[in-house]
Amino acid sequence: MKKLIVGLLVVVTLIATGSALTAQETVTLEFAQWWEPELPAGEFRALMDEFEAQNPGITVELISGPYSTTRDQIVAGAATGTMADVVGLDGAWVSDFVRQGSIANLTELMAEAGYDDSELAAQIQIDGSTYMIPVVNFVYPVFVNLDLLEAAGVESLPSTRSEFAAAASALTDPDNNVYGWVLPLSMEQPNGIQNDVMSWVWASGGSMLKDGRPYLVGNEDVISAVEFIKSLYDEGVIARGAFSLREQDKVEEFTNGRVGMMISSLAHINLIRERNPELNFAITALPAADDYDGPRGLPYASWGIGIAENSEHKAEAWKLVEFLLSADVNSRLASIANAFPGNVNSTPDFVQTDELFAAAFDVFQAGYLANEFTGLPVAEQLMREFNEPFQLYLDDEMSLEEFLATAEEAWNEHFE
Amino acid sequence: MGNARVSKALIKPQKATRGRRTRQLIPYIYLSPTILLLIVLSFIPIATVFYYSLMDNVIITNTPPSFVGLDNYREILSNRHFHQALSNTLIFSVASVIAHLILGLAFAMLLNTRFLGPTAKAFFRVIYILPWVFTASIIAILWRLLLNPNGVVNYLLIGMGFASTEIEWLGSRQLALPAVTFINIWAGYPFYMVSFLAGLQGISADLYEAGKIDGANDFQLFRFITLPQLKPIIVSLAMLDFIWTTHQFTLIWMTTGGGPVRATEMLSTFTYKLAFTSYQFSQASATAMIILAITTFVAVFYVRNQRLANE
Repeated sequence: MKKLIVGLLVVVTLIATGSALTAQETVTLEFAQWWEPELPAGEFRALMDEFEAQNPGITVELISGPYSTTRDQIVAGAATGTMADVVGLDGAWVSDFVRQGSIANLTELMAEAGYDDSELAAQIQIDGSTYMIPVVNFVYPVFVNLDLLEAAGVESLPSTRSEFAAAASALTDPDNNVYGWVLPLSMEQPNGIQNDVMSWVWASGGSMLKDGRPYLVGNEDVISAVEFIKSLYDEGVIARGAFSLREQDKVEEFTNGRVGMMISSLAHINLIRERNPELNFAITALPAADDYDGPRGLPYASWGIGIAENSEHKAEAWKLVEFLLSADVNSRLASIANAFPGNVNSTPDFVQTDELFAAAFDVFQAGYLANEFTGLPVAEQLMREFNEPFQLYLDDEMSLEEFLATAEEAWNEHFE
Repeated sequence: MGNARVSKALIKPQKATRGRRTRQLIPYIYLSPTILLLIVLSFIPIATVFYYSLMDNVIITNTPPSFVGLDNYREILSNRHFHQALSNTLIFSVASVIAHLILGLAFAMLLNTRFLGPTAKAFFRVIYILPWVFTASIIAILWRLLLNPNGVVNYLLIGMGFASTEIEWLGSRQLALPAVTFINIWAGYPFYMVSFLAGLQGISADLYEAGKIDGANDFQLFRFITLPQLKPIIVSLAMLDFIWTTHQFTLIWMTTGGGPVRATEMLSTFTYKLAFTSYQFSQASATAMIILAITTFVAVFYVRNQRLANE
């Protein structure tokens, strides 16, 4: 009996020691993101397998979900200190996570790893330090239904606001339920303010900020853009139900041929082709103010990446970030995501093989990426606080001055 | 020997006391799993939220939390958006409860009629209960499609000549609240219907027979027999439904997100935005405690009503 007990103890000790040794050798990185479900099945996992093969001793556990779920999951993880080691980030969240101290300073990690950041197309910085790196970027050009445009007698794609207004007017045919433009202003997803409203300001080289603070009252760039949108709204060329439409509704309306033009992500090209293979559409840069001839700011959204401050494996986590941003891997990821790369030396395949993407790439190269909400505190709330008085302004319930003053006052509270 | 006798005499009462104590503990031992669950699932979360509501800089901040007393409550109670959310929630909840009662009772009586055969009753029972089978997200998607300016509802209204142009049901500040209330009514009446049907089937036929002998007409039978017999169910359902409806989030969030502007802002969406988009967890906790106080007030009436019914 005594021998049996001793034997059992020896076996248990050996197993425990063995597991401890294995645990020391293998590091498992949790990677929370919304990217995997948006990519062709198995493609993202294949990239992770490649990383694991190149880095023996590191395994990657993907925690994948839809965008909104991932956001809530990361916020909850940030609150409880259980954030995954590597996290997919949207630029709109960065400032809040930095304020909370839940994401790591990547500038320090890059320095520790001796990484040369000159290859990176962009870095999202707060107070001079990088906290998020865009892995791939989805630009938001204007999609135009060419068949509707031709039927309306418009010969060229609009490149100025006047041309856009004229085209929208010509395209609008309420009797046949066709409208010139679609503007999603849902309060649930207020990103229409970023993609479909402020984009007009950025496309004409304007800004909604001054010295890093809100600048709406008396800002001629913002005033001319919102007045332009109001003129389209008053003329009735914007699809009905704007105040409750979301981004997916916008794409649906365009795909079904009920609107002639929309500002949307390049990521939607394949979706539109899948849903309506017959749709004949083109892509063009967002029109600028008539008297503007400088470079055009192009709204964009990113799949950004960051590392949790609570991660015990920051060095290994950085290896994964570096892998995803290496020229070859980044090209492949951009290709399967139909996005533009985060590495300046990467070129996605589709630029050579698809003329729509080639046109978009030209637009991308001619302008510059512009999204002033990235890195701002409570960015989504800022969009909501702009959206509310903007809807009242469009409905003639508020004057332009009142609208801008209300929005700026609400924004200022977050910058104190 | 003498000592041994004394010690035995001392041990006996000690044993008896220990036995009595054990017997007294037995009920608590049986209850302990439930008590533990209540502590973990109710008491600790409520206490934590209450603690957060008295602090500033909690959760999403690296600044140390500080005690602010009732400041968060003062701020929330003086916030005009909170007043609007409270008012919308009351309108939404009261209208939903009243309509649920009326529709639920009407459909239950239709299904309880002697004029329909068992097959027809079973068929309509399935049809009427369908809205209750769907989850809130499915209901939201379904009604977003139906109420879309290009949706079926507008198509029918225009086709039948009731409207000349597309109506923006969820995009208009005047119509959005009635529209989401209607959706909630549609989604919730079957629960009432099923409960009332069970109640109606439990009413003794003798009562109706006696009423008829006394010369009562159909309305009088309904007024003096059906309604009093269903009263305990009506009161219980109304109170429970009021509590559930004040907590409705998914349906509102997925149809309007609280907009346009704040036309459909409810206490639930207001709290969510405070917590998850403004990261004001302290103020969100204060709002949650206010909602808890309101629902507790209704719950006390519910419990009192149940106690009276049992007596």
